[in-house]
Amino acid sequence: MNITGNEIIHQYLRHNKKFPHVLCAGCGHGIVLGSLIRSVHQLGLPKDDVVIVAGIGCSGRLAVYVDFNTVHTTHGRALTFATGIKMANPKLNVICIMGDGDALSIGGNHMIHAARRNIGITALILNNNIYGMTGGQSSPATPQGSVSMTAPFGQLEESFDTVQLACGAGANFVARGTVFHVHKLEKLMVKAIERPGFNMLEVITPCHTQYGRKNKYKNPVEMYRWLKSNAMERERFEALDEDKRGDKFPIGVFVERDEPGLEERYHELKARFAAGRNG
Amino acid sequence: MARRKKHKEIFALGNEAVVEGALIAGCSFYGGYPITPSSEIMEIMAQRLPMTEDGVFIQLEDEIASMGAIVGGSMAGRKAMTATSGPGFSLMQENLGYACMTETPLVVVNVMRGGPSTGLPTSPAQSDVQQARWGTHGDHPIIVLSASDVQECLEMTITAFNMAEKYRTPVVLLLDEITAHTREKIRIPQPDEYEVVSRIVPSIPPEWYKPYEETVRGVAPMPPIGSGYRFHVTGLTHDENGFPTSRPDEVVDLMERMHRKIDQFFYDIQMHDELMVDDADVVVIAYGCVARSAEYAIEQARASGVKAGLLKLKTLFPYPRRATEKALANARSIIVPEMNMGQMSREVKRVNSGRASVRTINRVDGQIITPSEILKVIMQG
Repeated sequence: MNITGNEIIHQYLRHNKKFPHVLCAGCGHGIVLGSLIRSVHQLGLPKDDVVIVAGIGCSGRLAVYVDFNTVHTTHGRALTFATGIKMANPKLNVICIMGDGDALSIGGNHMIHAARRNIGITALILNNNIYGMTGGQSSPATPQGSVSMTAPFGQLEESFDTVQLACGAGANFVARGTVFHVHKLEKLMVKAIERPGFNMLEVITPCHTQYGRKNKYKNPVEMYRWLKSNAMERERFEALDEDKRGDKFPIGVFVERDEPGLEERYHELKARFAAGRNG
Repeated sequence: MARRKKHKEIFALGNEAVVEGALIAGCSFYGGYPITPSSEIMEIMAQRLPMTEDGVFIQLEDEIASMGAIVGGSMAGRKAMTATSGPGFSLMQENLGYACMTETPLVVVNVMRGGPSTGLPTSPAQSDVQQARWGTHGDHPIIVLSASDVQECLEMTITAFNMAEKYRTPVVLLLDEITAHTREKIRIPQPDEYEVVSRIVPSIPPEWYKPYEETVRGVAPMPPIGSGYRFHVTGLTHDENGFPTSRPDEVVDLMERMHRKIDQFFYDIQMHDELMVDDADVVVIAYGCVARSAEYAIEQARASGVKAGLLKLKTLFPYPRRATEKALANARSIIVPEMNMGQMSREVKRVNSGRASVRTINRVDGQIITPSEILKVIMQG
C-alpha cells in the first residue's frame, strides 16, 4: 500500500462536488473525515459497499464530500435511517456520523436502542461540546460551568458521558479518541468499522469558533494543546487518584465484544424458515 | 381455455387485508411501533415477513425511528411500509417530509382514531385527513388514499405501493377503526390478477447517472444503495446530482418537478366510485366506513323516490376535483358526512365555489355515522 495521503484523498473525495467545504479553520471534523477515509482504505472496503449516514449540523455535512453512498438525514435520526439500510442489506458497511447534539440529545433514544439492539452500525460521534452550526448553544456534552449562547452565566447541567452511556446500553465496541491523537484515532476507527454489531467511537474534536472563543481558548492551537495535555490512555487514567484527575479524560477502548449484530440474528431466523421450506 | 383457478377466500380483518395486499404488492420491509387501532398490521407482519424469502421485519423504539428505518429500507431497494395511528402519525411527519424531498417510495398506513392528542384510542374517526396532506412542513405533493371495506383494504394497499413506486413518493393510506376492525370474507387475488409496479432502476453506467435528473415523467430512476451507483441523498434543497444548493434557479427546478410529477398524472392518481350520480339531485360525498352508511342511505332514498347518488372518494389527495365537478354540475345539493369537524368538506366547498348547497354531517364522538342520519339529511331535500 505505497500510496501517499494526497493520492488517497483524491481517490475518495468527490470530484464533482463543489468545494470549498463548510468547516471553519481549526475545526477537527476534517481530521475525522481524513481518518475515516484512511481507515476504509486500510480495510480495503469497496466504495460501493460503504454507506455514510449523517445527521444534521457541521458533522452532518461531512457526508457530501466523500465518494461513497452518502445519506444526509434529519436531525438526530441518522441511526434510524442507518438501521433501515443495514437491515435491508446487511452486506453494506454502514457508518453513521453524528454530532453530540445529534447523537445524545434529539437522537439519544435512537442511540441507546441501536446499542441495545447491537445492530451492525459504526457510530462516530463527533463531540465538540457545543451546537456549532446553530450558533453555539449548549449541547448535552457541554461541560458544566462552560459558557454558551444558551448558558451565558455558565452551564448548570452536568454533561453526558457518551462512553458510559454506550457501555451501559450494550454496544459491542465502545471507544474514545481525539483529533489530536490521529494515529490512535485511525486504529480505533479501523476496529470500530470491521467489528460486527454496534460500535461506538466518540471523537473529541474542538470547535474553536463556537466553544473555544467563549471559554478561555484564544485560538484553535490552544484547543489542540488542551486535547494533548488532557486526553490520557484509559489504563493510566484509571490508575490516577480521583483528586488528580481534574480536566483529564480517558481515551482508548472501553468495551470490546464479538456478539453478532441484530441483522445476523435475523438472518439466522430466516435461514431456519428457509430450511423448513426446502426440507 | 384453461380453467381459472379458484380464488382463495379468507375471513379477515381490514388490518389483515392490508398485510395481504402489501405482500402481493411485493412489500419486503416493515418497520414500526405498535399503536391501536393499527397494531394487528404490525403483529401479522412480524409473523409473515421472516417466513418470506427476503422479508425484513423490525420493531423500532418509536414512530420517528420507524419512519427513518423504512426510508432507509426503501433506499436500500426494498418496498417498505409502516402502520400507525394518529399520535404516531404525528411523530412520523418530519421524516415523511424527508421522504417527499428525497423522493423515496414508501407506504404509511394510518388507522385513524379520535383526536387531538391521545384522543379516543380505540374509537373510529376520520380526523387525520388534513394531517395526511399537510402534516409535514414545506410545500410538497403527496398521495393520500382511503378504503371503505375489507376487500378494498387489500386492493388499495396494492395501489398504494404501485403509486409509491411509480411516482417515487410516499403514499398514505388512511383507514378508520371500523374498516380496520371489521371482519369480512375477502378474495385473495391470484398473483397475476393485479399489476405490480416496481421503481425504475437506471440502465446507464454509474458515471452518467444523476439521481434527480429531469425526465419526461418528472421521475428519475432510483437504484438501491450499494448497487454501484454512488450518490448523495439529502433533505436539503438539492440539484440534479443530489448536492445541496440554494441557487434560485435550481431550487425552483426541484420544487416544480416535484409537484409536476404528481400533477401531470392527476387523472391516473385520482380514484373514486360512483353510485347513481348521473341523475342525482342530491349527491353524498363520502369516504371510508361512512361511504358504506351513505350507500345504504341512498338505496333507501331511491326507494322512496328521491334521486340521491353517492360519490365515494378512494383518493383523498390530490383531491378528485373532476369527479366532484361532474357531480356538482347536475346536483342541487351536496352532503358531506364525515367523522371529523369538516376536514374534507373544505375541499368540496373549494371545488364547489358556490354552485350547489353543501351540507355537512359531522360526528366526533367516536360513533359511526349511521345510514339513518344521512337519510334524514337527504330527505330534507
